[in-house]
Amino acid sequence: MYGTPVAPPTGLACHGFRAHRMKVALFIPCYIDQFYPNVGMATVAVLEHFGVQVEFPEAQTCCGQPMANSGCMDEARPLAEKFVNTFDGYEYVVAPSGSCVSMVRNHYDHLCDHHDERSATVRRRTLELSEFLTTVLKVSNVPGRFPHQVGLHQSCHGLRELRLGPSSEVMKPRDSMMESLLTGLEGIRFSKLSRRDECCGFGGTFAVAEEAISCMMGDDRVNDHVSSGTEVLTAGDMSCLMHLEGIIRRRKIPMRVMHFAEIMAEAIGVTKVAT
Amino acid sequence: MAHPALAQAFVDNRERAQWHDKALWFVREKRDRMASSVPEWELLRETASNIKRHTQSRMAEYLEQFEANATKNGIVVHWAADAHEHNEIVLSILKRHSVKRLVKSKSMLTEECHLNPFLEEHGIDVVDTDLGERIVQLRKETPSHIVLPAIHIRKEEVGECFHEHLGTEKGASDPNYLTEAARNHLRERFCRADAGLTGVNFAIAETGGIVICTNEGNADLGVGLPKIHIACMGMEKLLPRAKDLSVFLRLLARSATGQPVTTYSSHFHGPQPGCEMHVVIVDNGRSEILKSPEFRRSLDCIRCGACMNTCPVYRRSGGHSYEATVPGPIGSILTPLQTPEKHNSLPFACTLCGSCTDVCPVKIDLHQQLFTLRELLDNKRLIGTSKKLSMKVVSGVMSRTWLFNLLGGIARTSLRFMPRFLIYNPLNAWGKQRDLPDAPKQSFRQQYAERQKQKGGGKS
Repeated sequence: MYGTPVAPPTGLACHGFRAHRMKVALFIPCYIDQFYPNVGMATVAVLEHFGVQVEFPEAQTCCGQPMANSGCMDEARPLAEKFVNTFDGYEYVVAPSGSCVSMVRNHYDHLCDHHDERSATVRRRTLELSEFLTTVLKVSNVPGRFPHQVGLHQSCHGLRELRLGPSSEVMKPRDSMMESLLTGLEGIRFSKLSRRDECCGFGGTFAVAEEAISCMMGDDRVNDHVSSGTEVLTAGDMSCLMHLEGIIRRRKIPMRVMHFAEIMAEAIGVTKVAT
Repeated sequence: MAHPALAQAFVDNRERAQWHDKALWFVREKRDRMASSVPEWELLRETASNIKRHTQSRMAEYLEQFEANATKNGIVVHWAADAHEHNEIVLSILKRHSVKRLVKSKSMLTEECHLNPFLEEHGIDVVDTDLGERIVQLRKETPSHIVLPAIHIRKEEVGECFHEHLGTEKGASDPNYLTEAARNHLRERFCRADAGLTGVNFAIAETGGIVICTNEGNADLGVGLPKIHIACMGMEKLLPRAKDLSVFLRLLARSATGQPVTTYSSHFHGPQPGCEMHVVIVDNGRSEILKSPEFRRSLDCIRCGACMNTCPVYRRSGGHSYEATVPGPIGSILTPLQTPEKHNSLPFACTLCGSCTDVCPVKIDLHQQLFTLRELLDNKRLIGTSKKLSMKVVSGVMSRTWLFNLLGGIARTSLRFMPRFLIYNPLNAWGKQRDLPDAPKQSFRQQYAERQKQKGGGKS
């Protein structure tokens, strides 16, 4: 039996929290909105499956990460402010991207007014999808079926900035949230990679500015998955997967690429979103 | 040349780039095995970080304490504000003793100060005695890694170099044979040297002594025979107490090469009878870095090279692509802080993956500093006009939801109907080796709105 929704951890204000119908704002990163609508829809389906009432605030666009990563803080600032204005007042903000969530949680303090309580609250309440399922909803042992060998790509920002799993450099045990959520699915197997958490080489504008290194890194990741028998490549970040899928398709490698939310939705059987 | 072009050139020789990547990944894996065998590894890192932060916060105090104690031990302490002063001090000591032949063990500081060419200009014969550094010196190159200076050179190339300079057999590539040849060559240089110069791994304020770590014992050989020992150190090499070494020596060897301990950790507490020992303490921009709250922690670096071994970019682009004395993640912080105009591409030679931060034995927040450094470059108008302009445009679009929706729709429609050769034009760097995602007919928000409408209708 999957976990039922529970109260959020203490310390988080939860006005309007209802035990079985939690009101959560969905943050769909700009490039997912435009290029991967299915990932967004799968996220909605999974959250609703676990009893969450999802809302999509229409004003949202981009978290500002491309500008901030380029050093352009003046250009990132209006987007951080827009984000806070858009998502202020929700119990939680959930996004199918560790990278964008890390931007909000770890870099908005530098971009927003320090005295603005609202931005601190929005930052604290913004969670990555698997993190939300694990730490807030306390979901474990998801019933479902996914009879494939899955290669889990550990996206760096989720791994090393949000600590959604154990990074190979740190000698401290930690569970991988995504793997824990998937591991109970019937028929699922995981690839044993030779480098379990090396960066894919996407890196935002790095993918273009340092094209040669970026593609060699991507090639190396793809080769690792090919030689360990990955049938379905997954991650919590579509940006890494966009880069890796670009290489997979160019090289005509028969490997499916799915966001973590898509696997969850397919395995649970909620792919076709109920209307 | 900027990093991307030099990196491209390195990757163009794919086989070499792959070999370089694997060689360094092998070191990273050795480090992992060693680190995981120490149950208190993370506690050691935390402790080292705290000791360094404490030391940096009382730098002046500890430097003076070190000077006083070293002087008591009979060491002559010199202060150099910059590279030029450092080089002049070393030269004046050598001149005073009419030194003609100098043997050196590894010192990244003297690389930073370009000491070798300076001394050679003044007629001094300088021999680097670390095997890797000697290879690099004979090839008239600079080290490409701070711990493994010749990691970019293959054994066949070493064979060619030794054939030319040391008279080994042509075509020889057996590492044992070549190392033996280097040993014999260096032994002779050690015996003839008039003075020995070393770096410093740790200087202990409490004792006034210094510690030098080498695997080849070349520092000990270099300073054992001549009457003059000059040790050059950046001022950040300081530790308050001798017992702090119990933390740092354990971290250094494991992080650097995956060894439980460095082969030779030699402690020097003053000159031998009838000999002289000098320590040159160098600032060369370090005080400026110490002043800055964002970048201060980069001075905690103990030069283990673990961030280079783990960096996926460094492993594939080679150390020379950084055009810096210290390459890799830590070098991409330290170098642009000194010369932002010349090295403005280095903070961007990074995917912000954070592996360096997690591997660093003294817990320097490397990737965060690289992130912050980009802002500093923008403030100095050093990030390039086209990048700045495109970021301004994207920010303007993203600030207006309607415009984002409109342009997103136009972009998707164009991609859906544009012929492949137009999409994958020579200006499309993304598309050189990668396909673009398929552009869907509807965006997420359009699909979601439709679904909500249907849902609303169904519910009434």
